[in-house]
Amino acid sequence: MLRYILRRLAWSVPTMLLVTFLVYIALRVGTDPVESYKRVNPRASRAKVQQYIDINGLDPNFVQGYFKWLKNFITGEWAPSIKGRREVWPALKDAMANTLRLGTAATVVGIFFGLVAGVLAALRPGGKRDVFINTSAFVGISIPPFISAILLQLLFAVYWQRWFGESLFPTSGVYPAGHTGFNLFLMIKFMALPTIIVAIQIIATYSRYMRSSLLDVMNSDYMRTARSKGISERRILIKHGMRNALIPVVTIAALDVGSIVGGLIITENIFAYPGMGLYFLKSFGEGDFPLLMPWMVVIVASILLFNLIADISYAWLDPRIRLE
Amino acid sequence: MTEKVLEIRDLRVTFDTPSGPLEAVRGIDLDVEAGELLGVVGESGSGKSVSFLATMGLLPARARVTGSVLLAGEQLIGASNKFMRSVRGRLISMIFQDPLSALNPVHRIGDQISEMLQSHQSLSSRDAAKRAIELLDIVGIPQPDDRARQYPHEFSGGMRQRVIIAIAIANNPKVLIADEPTTALDVTVQAQILEVIERVQDRFGTAVVLITHDLGVIARVADRVNVMYAGRNVEQGTINDLFDHPSHPYTRGLLASLPRPGKQRLKPITGFPPNMVNPPSGCAFHPRCEFAADICKFEMPSLVSYGDLQTACVRARELPKHERFV
Repeated sequence: MLRYILRRLAWSVPTMLLVTFLVYIALRVGTDPVESYKRVNPRASRAKVQQYIDINGLDPNFVQGYFKWLKNFITGEWAPSIKGRREVWPALKDAMANTLRLGTAATVVGIFFGLVAGVLAALRPGGKRDVFINTSAFVGISIPPFISAILLQLLFAVYWQRWFGESLFPTSGVYPAGHTGFNLFLMIKFMALPTIIVAIQIIATYSRYMRSSLLDVMNSDYMRTARSKGISERRILIKHGMRNALIPVVTIAALDVGSIVGGLIITENIFAYPGMGLYFLKSFGEGDFPLLMPWMVVIVASILLFNLIADISYAWLDPRIRLE
Repeated sequence: MTEKVLEIRDLRVTFDTPSGPLEAVRGIDLDVEAGELLGVVGESGSGKSVSFLATMGLLPARARVTGSVLLAGEQLIGASNKFMRSVRGRLISMIFQDPLSALNPVHRIGDQISEMLQSHQSLSSRDAAKRAIELLDIVGIPQPDDRARQYPHEFSGGMRQRVIIAIAIANNPKVLIADEPTTALDVTVQAQILEVIERVQDRFGTAVVLITHDLGVIARVADRVNVMYAGRNVEQGTINDLFDHPSHPYTRGLLASLPRPGKQRLKPITGFPPNMVNPPSGCAFHPRCEFAADICKFEMPSLVSYGDLQTACVRARELPKHERFV
């Protein structure tokens, strides 16, 4: 097992190199970083532009340029943002922390309620409860977040204020303007709406996964064996049913968490939530190459990492899978 | 006369299907005596499995079950779920057809046996684990203490069936129902599994109901045989009587269709099994019966003693003597 993990980690190095190389080409072709720099800094001297090209590895030759960028990236010589020469790492770190917080909250809430709903639906397939949960899940999946977000903002901020004098949940940011320091209560209040929006999608999807996975398991022969032992329905469901039904769901969950790091673009934009999504939108809009490349590295790394976690969890849950 | 451990009277099972109610079992009477091995034979859809799933209370809720099933004097039809749970695995247990899928893939073999023990006896986990290893030894699994820690996928089909037998006999039940236990296995493994079942029957005095479509299996191990067709018993008797001079035309057809050395051609029963949504009137076998008369279309026969056998055929007395095939 340990050897497998080490080998996978070793393999992720060439994967990272290849993917970042492709991303490097795509950004250079798609955004033309040198032009963006000149546009943002119209009075930059020739020497300044050359310095920008050197530190970012923006040579005319893509291969040479890429390795130059790689060397500077690894040695920590990160170029500052094209706008105002801000340092990249603090901005990226904050964005990661904010997205991880939102993503974790939404994933925990979403997967928990999604699994409960899926189990309740699968216990009596075709019953009223099943139909209700299924219909809600389809509604939840079909309403895009930019619509549900606006509806919730209207309800909890605009109308709430009209009815009760003040809004229940704020509609943007992580803290009120001017706030400094850490305040858990404020943070929860500000995170509530975006968390709900993301969680609705997760609940809807996972109730579907869990329902079909558990139904599959419920009809299997070993469930009949379990029933023929005369053990309680509760034990049959948890020890024999859930234990097997969770195997594919946990695997999908691990993959989903990996992609959520960069996948909250719409929600973060609507709520002006300063996470990875908003970071990407802003820097991509300005063609800010120094901000974009590290973002891409983080996204690729998180996807590779959670793919590995998915495989490990699969082997851990299912004794038939042995990682060699 | 020995003690009857299982008495089934007028058992009927009906399923609601889109094309109307389907009566899969249409009034079965059957006794199982303590310690005997009763074979139940019939083709697919004859209701043999459904009858015993109904006895175990393992049919889906949409199945309607009526009649009477007495297990060691206790009525099982209409009993509460709680009571049925206390009966299943303790007084009566079941072995299923496909050993490859009947064990939970994610739990260790030893734990799956212990679970059966602990759900009906107050045993510590340690004692249950020890007993599980003994049971694996009884059903003939080598190195049982190592094997108990393994998972089902590390066992062959025959070995898995032995494990399932170990689970089924864990609480020393009065009746063991074996539903086609050898159908999914190689012929050589089949013989071993039958031996294990016979050994269990001898050692613990368990009554065994062996459900199969394979007369060869029945001939090898059964004391008595019950032949089913279209959800009814058509003939029952001891193994020797039934094989020597079967009375019912269906039983005769089954025996004639067995392959034997020196026999040039098999003689199949013509026609197809009946559609149970709309079964034939009278004797359900009459459309396929070479001796059918008009009366067979109207009268549904019940089991009547005929010689040493009990036969459900109104023409049993008039039929030509069965010629023992060579």
